[in-house]
Amino acid sequence: MTNLVVTNIVLEVMPHFEGYVYPNEATQQPLWSVLIVLYPYITGLVAGAFIMASLVRVFNVKALEPVYRLSMLTAFAFLLCAPLPLLFHLGHPERCFEVMMTPHLTSPMAIFGFVYAWYLMAVLLLELWFDYRQDFVTWSETTPGFKGVLYRLFTVGVMDVSPQALKLDHKIGHILSIVGIPSAFLLHGYVGFIFGSVKANPWWGNSLMPIIFIMSAMVSGIALCVFNYMVLSWIRRKAIDMKCLDTMCMFLFYALVMDAAIEALDWIHRIYSAEEGFQVMQYMAREKLFYTLSLGQVAFGTLVPVMLLGLLQLIRRRVPDLARRRMYFASSALILLGVLAMRWNVVIGGQLFSKSLRGVMSYKMEFAGLEGWAMGGVLLALPFIILTVFIKLFLSEKMPSCTGNGHPMERLEPAGEFRTESLRR
Amino acid sequence: MSNQFSRRSVLGKIGATLASLVAAPVVRTAKAAVQKVLVTTGAAPGYDPTRHKWVMAIDANRCIGCGLCAEACKKENHVPEGPYFRTWVERYIITKPEPGSGVSRGETLVDCPNGGMHGFPEPSVPKEKIQHSFFVPKLCNLCHHSPCVQVCPVGATFDAPDGAVLIDPKYCIGCGFCIQACPYGCRFLNPITKTAEKCTLCYHRITRGLKPACVEVCPTEARVFGDLKNPVPDDPIQKFYENNRVQSLKPHLGTEPRVFYAGIDKEVR
Repeated sequence: MTNLVVTNIVLEVMPHFEGYVYPNEATQQPLWSVLIVLYPYITGLVAGAFIMASLVRVFNVKALEPVYRLSMLTAFAFLLCAPLPLLFHLGHPERCFEVMMTPHLTSPMAIFGFVYAWYLMAVLLLELWFDYRQDFVTWSETTPGFKGVLYRLFTVGVMDVSPQALKLDHKIGHILSIVGIPSAFLLHGYVGFIFGSVKANPWWGNSLMPIIFIMSAMVSGIALCVFNYMVLSWIRRKAIDMKCLDTMCMFLFYALVMDAAIEALDWIHRIYSAEEGFQVMQYMAREKLFYTLSLGQVAFGTLVPVMLLGLLQLIRRRVPDLARRRMYFASSALILLGVLAMRWNVVIGGQLFSKSLRGVMSYKMEFAGLEGWAMGGVLLALPFIILTVFIKLFLSEKMPSCTGNGHPMERLEPAGEFRTESLRR
Repeated sequence: MSNQFSRRSVLGKIGATLASLVAAPVVRTAKAAVQKVLVTTGAAPGYDPTRHKWVMAIDANRCIGCGLCAEACKKENHVPEGPYFRTWVERYIITKPEPGSGVSRGETLVDCPNGGMHGFPEPSVPKEKIQHSFFVPKLCNLCHHSPCVQVCPVGATFDAPDGAVLIDPKYCIGCGFCIQACPYGCRFLNPITKTAEKCTLCYHRITRGLKPACVEVCPTEARVFGDLKNPVPDDPIQKFYENNRVQSLKPHLGTEPRVFYAGIDKEVR
């Protein structure tokens, strides 16, 4: 009851409209609000973290080995949480399985269940399992108590660690990783298509949308890996592998430049073609979304990190480690916030103007309630909590991996090393 | 011996099982599709949707903005109070330009207080400054290529064979994608049932030989309703097509609305 009072009387903000909006649009809050902002954000982090991990496995970037497993676990933890906001937002969550049981195949949303299941089961879970199989066998023999039982369960009874079996593991893992890259693109490109396919909404309906989503996903995922690696090293009081960090941030920089270029192209096209609805979009960018778009997404989420990371690409050797670490950390944190702002601008921005193109709505997020700050915070914190458990179980300092924390494959098949000479100079 | 296993009988049985496994969902889907129209839509028993093609047309020249249609619709269909409308009436006021300003018309002001349900207040612009003023009733545009049907992830919203675009409320998951996809703002999420809702042309009425509630109460016959497959003598809908040059809303989106308007302006969208 108290909650109800707090939600409805104290913190509720009445809707405010300017111009004309269709009567069905004059609701308290946008139909898709903060939960739908978090959904593409979390999915993007998954896809990006996976691409980061496949840099080691598929593209053989040796410098990134220390973060391979961390990236994979990050992708896994976030993937487990990805459907939650979508589920909570449904009017009838109990009917969610209908999406997979009786999918309507012309709907971009109907494919989500399948893409998600494919990515979770066929790509991430399998790849992690093949990667960890040898460790599970070792740990199940050396760890006492409940944890030991857990590791034994994870082996699924496959205790064969002969060199032949391990070689097969690596081979399958490699194939899965190769399959995983297009799958990650599919996962997030599809999320972009959900918005890009809505021709009724000029803010969304755009063929570049899936590509923008994929690029920003890569950027946010790599930034998350940088962030997690630095925080984990700080918590464990361990020295950061600067070569690894430099390489991660090099990829982060190039991904960010690509992302910024494509988003800029999108805006240039919109401004130049100035189609129907351009005026209202212009108003949105200047007034309604000034803080999240101009400041959050463009200035602090893109320009500042581009400058910081770009500067470090040029004068890396002259910047001491401590300063470099701080610049990297600041950049990754800013990028994470900037991409969150980008998701907000897409999802909320697309609903702050009427489809009559004659009016705009205002939206102030409430604190409590399903679509409030508190719920958003919980949903954002949840993957980090799951990741902490995963790290305790699978990246424990007390139980080092048989192969180190990086991926062992390169030791077996030293081929086509990615060139990182520029970093060694 | 007939009860002996033979390769042929085993293969035959496997084949039959596989065939029934494949056929069962097909039969079930077909049955569900027919039942969907007949059972979950409030259609009259024995109603055959394939024998009708319902359509509505709007003669905006006749609309006086009384809002009875919007009110009747709310009552007839138990539409919740608040900003939820299956049909509504908009008022357009186009002002005269400043003399010598070099433009052909002034500002376009649109309003729709409470869906136009209780009529409209005095215009905010003095009469002598108004170039044009007219009312436009809005409803589901019954698109040929409905974006709402296209995007529904479970197929809860569907094109009935008789031209109505309907929603199965027992199947809708309440994701809101159709509401985002409708370019005309005709859909809303019912706050009580938590499912999407829209104009059904009063399906429970038209399948029993009645007119939709909004057509029934319209005092000026601005809303014209008919069945394209069963023309009657002096058919109002045929007369409407013959007597008017018509247009549809947002034609550039390619949705091909089947609701045609007469007497509207380029400013209407």
